[in-house]
Amino acid sequence: MQIDLQTIDIKPLRQTFDHLARRFGDKPASRYQEGTYDIQQTSIFHYRPTWEPDREIFDERRTAIRMKDWYDFKDPRQFYYGTYTITRAKQQESADSAFAFALDAGLADELPAAVKKLVMEVLLPMRHMEWGANMNNTFISAYGYGTAIEAACMYAAMDRLGIAQQLTRIGMAIDGEVALDAAKELWLSAPAWQGLRRYVEDSFVVHDWFELFIAQNLVLDSLLYPFLYLHVEKRASREGSALPGLVTKFMKDWEAETGRWVDAVVKTAVAESAHNKALIASWVKTYSASADAALEALAQPIFGADTAAVVDSIRSDFQVRLQKVGL
Amino acid sequence: MSTVFIAFQATPDARPIVEAILADNPGSVAVENPGMVKVNAEGRLTIHRSSVEERIGRAFDLQELHLHLITISGHLDEDDDQFTLAWRN
Amino acid sequence: MDMKVDKKLSLKDRYRHQTRGLGWETTYQPMDKVFPYDKYEGIKIHDWDQWEDPFRLTMDAYWKYQAEKERKLYAVLDAFNQSHGHLNVTDARYINAIKIFFSAFPMLEYTAHRGFSMAGRQFRGVGTRVACQLQSLDEIRHAQTQIHTASNYNKYYNGMHAFTHQLERMWYMSVPKSFFDDAITGGPFEWMVAIGFSFEYVLTNLVFVPFMSGAAYNGDLGTMTFGFSAQSDEARHMTLGLECIKFMLEQDPDNLPIVQAWIDKWTWRGTRVLALVAAMMDYMLPKRVMSWKEAWEIYFEQNGGALFKDLERYGIKVPDCVAQATVEKEHISHQLWAAMYQWNFGTAFHTWIPSPEELDWLSAKYPNSFDKYYRPRWELWAQMEKEGKRHLNTGLAQLCQVCQYPMIFTEPDDPGKLCHREVDYKQEKYHFCSDHCQHIFEREPEKYVQAWLPMPQFYQGNCGGGGVEEFFKWVHLVPGQDNMDFEGSQDQQNFARWKGMATSNQ
Repeated sequence: MQIDLQTIDIKPLRQTFDHLARRFGDKPASRYQEGTYDIQQTSIFHYRPTWEPDREIFDERRTAIRMKDWYDFKDPRQFYYGTYTITRAKQQESADSAFAFALDAGLADELPAAVKKLVMEVLLPMRHMEWGANMNNTFISAYGYGTAIEAACMYAAMDRLGIAQQLTRIGMAIDGEVALDAAKELWLSAPAWQGLRRYVEDSFVVHDWFELFIAQNLVLDSLLYPFLYLHVEKRASREGSALPGLVTKFMKDWEAETGRWVDAVVKTAVAESAHNKALIASWVKTYSASADAALEALAQPIFGADTAAVVDSIRSDFQVRLQKVGL
Repeated sequence: MSTVFIAFQATPDARPIVEAILADNPGSVAVENPGMVKVNAEGRLTIHRSSVEERIGRAFDLQELHLHLITISGHLDEDDDQFTLAWRN
Repeated sequence: MDMKVDKKLSLKDRYRHQTRGLGWETTYQPMDKVFPYDKYEGIKIHDWDQWEDPFRLTMDAYWKYQAEKERKLYAVLDAFNQSHGHLNVTDARYINAIKIFFSAFPMLEYTAHRGFSMAGRQFRGVGTRVACQLQSLDEIRHAQTQIHTASNYNKYYNGMHAFTHQLERMWYMSVPKSFFDDAITGGPFEWMVAIGFSFEYVLTNLVFVPFMSGAAYNGDLGTMTFGFSAQSDEARHMTLGLECIKFMLEQDPDNLPIVQAWIDKWTWRGTRVLALVAAMMDYMLPKRVMSWKEAWEIYFEQNGGALFKDLERYGIKVPDCVAQATVEKEHISHQLWAAMYQWNFGTAFHTWIPSPEELDWLSAKYPNSFDKYYRPRWELWAQMEKEGKRHLNTGLAQLCQVCQYPMIFTEPDDPGKLCHREVDYKQEKYHFCSDHCQHIFEREPEKYVQAWLPMPQFYQGNCGGGGVEEFFKWVHLVPGQDNMDFEGSQDQQNFARWKGMATSNQ
């Protein structure tokens, strides 16, 4: 028998789970809170990892930064899986229509040689950098501490795979499979790309997951995203093609949103203690030096005499961003 | 020969898929349980995109199966036109 | 045009470009340093390119389909919660089954998420990593959708309020928790055999399919919806687990004994964990779709049988433990529910004695065992309850060093006799529930001596201090509210009262 229950007023015994009531009081919790806080185990592990016997399964000592509460790394977007996938599905849908529009308008067929060169030689090899970013964020999801930061990094990891796949689609649309081989060859051998490839490969052997967060999500992305999706794109449209602007819509939407999360994480860690601040500042300094050099090498063939101006503008925007997060 | 199976949620969207399987795989049997329908077949079971499309009157991407699927058994082989489960014994 | 170029490529080729085409051999850092963990277990891989992608969802399709699933799921959940759908379940006793489920599963799914992130970083094959990453993402979905489904139940019923705290501390939770802790502390290949193959392929059907169908049968639309929705991801996960086994076995003949030992170990570990589900199915669902034994026969014996027959070509043998598991399908749910009944002062859910009608159902479903071994016991305990002498077992049992169950299971050849094995290792005595748990210990004693066993810890005063009252406080169990009998519980009273409000004008 189905009874009409909507009309009755029954009092709940409690509004939420104990661990959320302890944090936020006994009131209904959001789905972000329910899906995030205190979900990772913290104590009483049965066995030590065979792959790292001097650590616990989840262990705060896998980074040098210290937090009193690792759940301070709140995601300003409040992503849990449902909101995450629904957001990305919408973004992908709108990116797909921009992509289809560009192709239907014949923009790929009429691509000016200079723009094609930019797409093939600058944008396309970046699919390997994106794949590196996927590995690094997966690493943080694996070995980071607390659901708040690691789950957001897993979403970011899959975003980077999605972006690498979007770049692949662009290359295939313009020149088919050969485009991918040519781009990979540049990534592997062209002198202009070796600074970046070295940076990415060096990041693969970093053990401290927060250091890796800084190296990838803060330093490298803060330099490469404006480089690609602002400066290179501007250059392309000046050469007379709207295609790069249309087919990279996803990346721009994504960066605008994800950058705020990255900043929130760094800001929280820096504000926690002088110890964290000093550590993070030293990482920013170290990684900026090699990222700057990698960026310059990539910019030089495109911007020639304007290289210094382009790189300086990216750097100074980065400085502003660092100041905002307390560095 | 061993049994392969595929189970779907008992929803209107899954029904034409089940019908397509039953029509295209002689001997396959649908078993209804609360909330789900499970199709068993001896050794092998194939879902043809075209057969589902005939029943729903629109284009169908076999990856849409993921929306309704509950479980499968057997080795999976899929391409753009068919989705096959089979044991090799 | 060039969508045309794209279209001409097969699904397989498109997917190859979108995944393994992204990777490269590192040269500034050696590959062994970039992937430090995929060799130490002894598995030999000669050519990662031989990996067959088990399913081929690129991120755009993944987001699209998963978003649609999520929209549907939350629409059902919201409607279920707003209309107090919990009052439409067959009987408030049912809610105790999902208390166990929701107290254990979200945190275990979460560990699975982390384990697949590790595997998704550590395998040097790109296709393998991508598949593991997608599973990592799915697993956090499962953890969260389960918590979101449990959330409304927790507002109206007892026993679920402290699930994060209790997973690490509640004595029976150490059974599934130690299973996942065991898997994640192994290397990436063992992880894939443990979770990807043994758990996902061989065993999760038993959890999600008949049990969720049972939820549907008992009017629990919320649990059914998240359960089936989660299981739609499992279909992909099962395919990954099977692919990984085939891949290891095809790469090098030396992998066979390693893989066989893992399959033996994890089939038994998983079978033991599922005893909890067996009791839930046979005793806790007021309306039953099928018995545990029937589910076991369909999903383990038939389906698992087909699978092992298929793996024979690689030299894989059906694990020895299957013979014992086959005998135990007649017994395990009865032994477990009896244990819970006797120790229910220490459980965060309620127990009860099956009604005469339910006893008849059990007799019919278990003609070989129930009348002989279990029905007389329930009838005796029912009689004792009537006389006000409710049977409780206040002695705390010895725990198995591996599976961490109390010694409640019987000898495979004598259901009248408790099974108990002992091994001396480095001047210490260790106890086991079965030959198979003993063998697992003997293969890796240095791992299992580390186990945090709730009962010895209790006696050492590590569970809040000396007594049961301190234990309650330490484990966040509210005595008289979360534990003991369903009969007379707050849950029972509230459910009856709320339902009365809904069906009359009080």
